[in-house]
Amino acid sequence: MFWTYAALLLLVFVTANVYGRFRAMQVAGHQLSALHSRPSYHGGYLAILAALPAFVLLIAWAIVEPRLLDTMVISAKAESVAGLSKAELQAFLRDARAIAFGGIVAFSDAGKEQAAEVFSSLAQTSFILKTTLIIALVAGGLWYGNRTITPTMRARHFVERTVMALLILCSAVAIFTTIGIVLSLIFESLMFFRQIPILDFVFGTHWSPQSAFEGAGAEHGEANTEIFGAIPLLVGTMLITAIAIFVAAPVGLLSAIYLSDYASTPVRAIAKPVLEILAGIPTVVYGFFAALTVAPFIRGWGESIGLSVSSESALAAGLVMGIMIIPFVSSLSDDVINAVPQSLRDGSAGLGATKSETIRRVVLPAALPGIVSALILAISRAIGETMIVVMAAGLAANITANPLEAVTTVTVQIVTLLVGDQEFDSAKTLAAFALGLLLFCITLALNIFALRVVKKYREQYD
Amino acid sequence: MALEMTTDTESAMDTTMSAPPAVSAEGETLKMRGRDVKVFYGDKQALHGVDLDVRKNQVTALIGPSGCGKSTFLRCLNRMNDTIDICRVQGDILLDNDDVYDPRIDVVELRARVGMVFQKPNPFPKSIFENVAYGPRIHGLAQGKSDLEDIVASSLQRAGLFEEVKDRLDEPGTGLSGGQQQRLCIARAIAVSPEVILMDEPCSALDPIATAKVEELMDELRQNYTIVIVTHSMQQAARVSQRTAFFHLGNLVEEGLTNDIFTNPKDQRTQDYITGRFG
Repeated sequence: MFWTYAALLLLVFVTANVYGRFRAMQVAGHQLSALHSRPSYHGGYLAILAALPAFVLLIAWAIVEPRLLDTMVISAKAESVAGLSKAELQAFLRDARAIAFGGIVAFSDAGKEQAAEVFSSLAQTSFILKTTLIIALVAGGLWYGNRTITPTMRARHFVERTVMALLILCSAVAIFTTIGIVLSLIFESLMFFRQIPILDFVFGTHWSPQSAFEGAGAEHGEANTEIFGAIPLLVGTMLITAIAIFVAAPVGLLSAIYLSDYASTPVRAIAKPVLEILAGIPTVVYGFFAALTVAPFIRGWGESIGLSVSSESALAAGLVMGIMIIPFVSSLSDDVINAVPQSLRDGSAGLGATKSETIRRVVLPAALPGIVSALILAISRAIGETMIVVMAAGLAANITANPLEAVTTVTVQIVTLLVGDQEFDSAKTLAAFALGLLLFCITLALNIFALRVVKKYREQYD
Repeated sequence: MALEMTTDTESAMDTTMSAPPAVSAEGETLKMRGRDVKVFYGDKQALHGVDLDVRKNQVTALIGPSGCGKSTFLRCLNRMNDTIDICRVQGDILLDNDDVYDPRIDVVELRARVGMVFQKPNPFPKSIFENVAYGPRIHGLAQGKSDLEDIVASSLQRAGLFEEVKDRLDEPGTGLSGGQQQRLCIARAIAVSPEVILMDEPCSALDPIATAKVEELMDELRQNYTIVIVTHSMQQAARVSQRTAFFHLGNLVEEGLTNDIFTNPKDQRTQDYITGRFG
């Protein structure tokens, strides 16, 4: 039903567009120069007036109608639904709808049959009302638009302003979604912090939420506050991130220097896209590369020199994650190194500096803020990375600086907490939201810091 | 192999030591000599066989309309064209008696002897002190910290900038005014004690007062250095140079005493250019 109307309105849009052009040429006496706006803007003007209000009404109707019908049915059949719980009421309405509009009915009774009749009569009225209104809006828009098309009419301004409104609407969707996600994180986290003190969470050193109802508080059905310490997860995250950066920073930076200052144009044209393909490999592929290839290799190598290496180690996950973020470092660094003006390189070369001296003493110091921000963005990417660590780092919440042991990270624990059957009021599940909030705060702080550094850098050269 | 190289270099230096400096008909020492210099950018030829001498302790001005090849010739003198991949240079360019394009010549050493100041002031994003100390540091010219400080101070003095910046040597060079930045770049070039200084339109980004200062400076500098300047301003060429060369469409049309070029040009094209009929 909705889609039929939408298709019809699209047809109205196209037709009005064509007619608007024709009409504009007609009122201008087929003299293009007599028109203030070009004919296509008149077409757009008429099409927007005819189709847009009706389309907005259609969407609003689709959102509001079901609820409105429910409310009206409930008030009309108050005696049948009296004393029903919320869930029972839902089931009642669902069955009534199914009887009225077709569908699977759980069981029917007299009350539901009557409610279904109300439903279908209301839906009938709604349909007639909706169709009338839409036709009226389309006709009104066409009539008004047709009347106002004159050679001096500023159709271009109207169309441009409508387009701007559309753009604002789209960016608002992105912004409000972000705000919504953050708010949901905050509210769920607040529920968690009502059960577990925030200080126990942030500074606690023991993490085993799977045993949330054992131990001291178990008898009273209360969560044990001692087992939600996030420190082991943060330590594990930091250990793996440190290993990753230790791999990615030198490799990425040096390859960026090669690409920007040494590579010939054909080499650069091939090498840069190939390097960026690394960024396109799905992280799950990196994950099994880490778990099935790198981890056994490290284990075998460790044993051959007499070290005990657990089969899931921070080293394996960190190394592979480092490889994953190489393109971030190299691509961003390449951009900032290229942004250093050629005049500085010439100035240095003109003083008799060699290429490597120029890069070491002039180009890199000038590009340093940009390089730092590239590294920070890579770090925040590494912190938020999940798949590799899930597959290769293990689940043991150890506080250790030994890269050969298994550790676990914030993201891995969020996954394990939310996999399987859930009840969304237990501390165990809510802990995932608190961890998400913690992670969000860390990466947000890093990103803000990186953007500040970039901004400072921009001011220097623009 | 290494031994051979050493012998070669030594023999090259021997000839340098033994050969007397080239002189002009008037008996002036020729610091640099270009013979049949041709430059190609890919398929396009930018210079068509230029013969031009640069006399010691004089300012030689290269003038001509845009795209005439004067900057290209200037950049051949210290091989700055090497940084452009598609650029090829033919012919001989001699610094004293050394062929600049000889494979045995170290381009780093060449550029220390033939310094360059660019069109747009390009101080490094470092302190004023570090900007000037840059060259001496990479060439290892200073024995210790106080020596380096002396070099920096005397270079800034010669560039006429010392009095203005002596209290803020630690501040960034990019914070100076345009004219000060250009004099900083000149001080930076002087600090490596070059024999020749090439200037590629050094005043085109400066206001008239800063321009006057730089021009005054060039006149002082020629006591110790040989200067080649590319300029679009014929008044500037007339004011600062002893000799002027006029380029047109990749050819050297005319070269001579600045006075003669501007008062009594031999070629019609030079006449037209300096009287403002084209260019």
